[in-house]
Amino acid sequence: MSMQEYKDIFHNGLWKQNTGVVQLLGMCPLLAVSNSVVNAVSLGLATSVVMALSGASISPLRNFVPNEIRIPVYILIIAVLVTVVQYTMNAYMYNLYVVLGIFIPLIVTNCIVLARIEAFAGKNPVLPAAVDGLAMGLGLTAVLAILGGMREIFGHGTLFAGFDLALGDFAKSWVITVIPDYHGFLFAILPPGAFIGLGLLIAGKNYLTLRAEQKARAISVPAASTSAA
Amino acid sequence: MKRLTKATVRTALNLLFFALIGTAILASTFKLTHSLIAQSEEAEKLKLINQVVPNTLYDNDLIKDALTIPASTQLGTDRDTTAYRGRLHGQPSVVVLEAIAPDGYSGKIGMLVAVNYSGVVTGVRVVWHKETPGLGDYIDFAKNPWISQFANTSHERYKEGDWKVKKDGGQFDYMAGATITPRAVVKAVHNALHYFEENRAILFAQADNMSALQPGQKGAEK
Repeated sequence: MSMQEYKDIFHNGLWKQNTGVVQLLGMCPLLAVSNSVVNAVSLGLATSVVMALSGASISPLRNFVPNEIRIPVYILIIAVLVTVVQYTMNAYMYNLYVVLGIFIPLIVTNCIVLARIEAFAGKNPVLPAAVDGLAMGLGLTAVLAILGGMREIFGHGTLFAGFDLALGDFAKSWVITVIPDYHGFLFAILPPGAFIGLGLLIAGKNYLTLRAEQKARAISVPAASTSAA
Repeated sequence: MKRLTKATVRTALNLLFFALIGTAILASTFKLTHSLIAQSEEAEKLKLINQVVPNTLYDNDLIKDALTIPASTQLGTDRDTTAYRGRLHGQPSVVVLEAIAPDGYSGKIGMLVAVNYSGVVTGVRVVWHKETPGLGDYIDFAKNPWISQFANTSHERYKEGDWKVKKDGGQFDYMAGATITPRAVVKAVHNALHYFEENRAILFAQADNMSALQPGQKGAEK
């Protein structure tokens, strides 16, 4: 695979085919954990790790798995990987596990993992499959982080609170109080806040894509640019 | 027909093969991480217990001095729970009870209640709850010091009718906008204190003569 193809994979994962705002897969963690940046980023990274690992481990097996039972086998492998990640987190990052523990098993049910395996890892060599999983996961992490940041600012008036739970006491000073003496806006923290925030993000992404398309059209067909609107 | 059977069997074996490998990986991961996980869980428990019991009050390994107590309506528990006993110079000094408030705004509220030898509550912490974020969740010490008002409360200090929030004519503070939650917590702490008073002898008994006091219950746990 050439450099350009890897670039395309990243471009797809992070922007063009972003799981959070374009494919709209993986809504379950998106709504559940995006109430603060720390939760969003942690679960996003855990999902990325699982996606990269599952891409890398399923790709070499793709010729040994009979077509009829590929879905159960894929689910089995994903479930094993998620459980391994869960045990590892529980053992080595206990504080983070306390915060995210109940969401980790949900990665199995996150359809984006299976979707990428079915659409990409089952048809491509190991390295691109792993890179695709990672890129898609990072795209999801980015959307989660932005949504988490929005909800945290409007819901609590802070940003980056709680990183000390995940990383240790030194991260306590990371907290930025965006709005001092803020009494909180419950709506942003509850699930409806996630839906509305996500809607705004999708609209923003569509706007940017549309504008880019129009610009491209205007350059390629200068004569027709007046009709583009 | 024969070919079909053969293909089916091969597919089934293939699935079995993957299931076996998956199981093997999980079993070895569990084995590798098991003791570490148990360690951090114990440390976490001790950290929480140290918030309700001043560590000057005991000098034993409190986690190891555990007692299984059967489900009790006074504690709000519907299964066996574990009580941890603290001792100072060998003398029983404090007991940490698990209590559940059944009537929170969004369901049950799990708590740790520590009571010392003379029946004074040394501290209460909410361990898990589902109360509304931003409204009822001030019972969580991480959010608000509200729960610390239970320290040094006892039946000597507050008589029966005082164990209510101030709005209901009691002694306990609450926050406007959420009274169901603190009501549930106050009631549960009060009930736990009653439980302590009625079962004091059992709770502070030595680990070995426990079985006589609790029929059908195994004495020491862990």
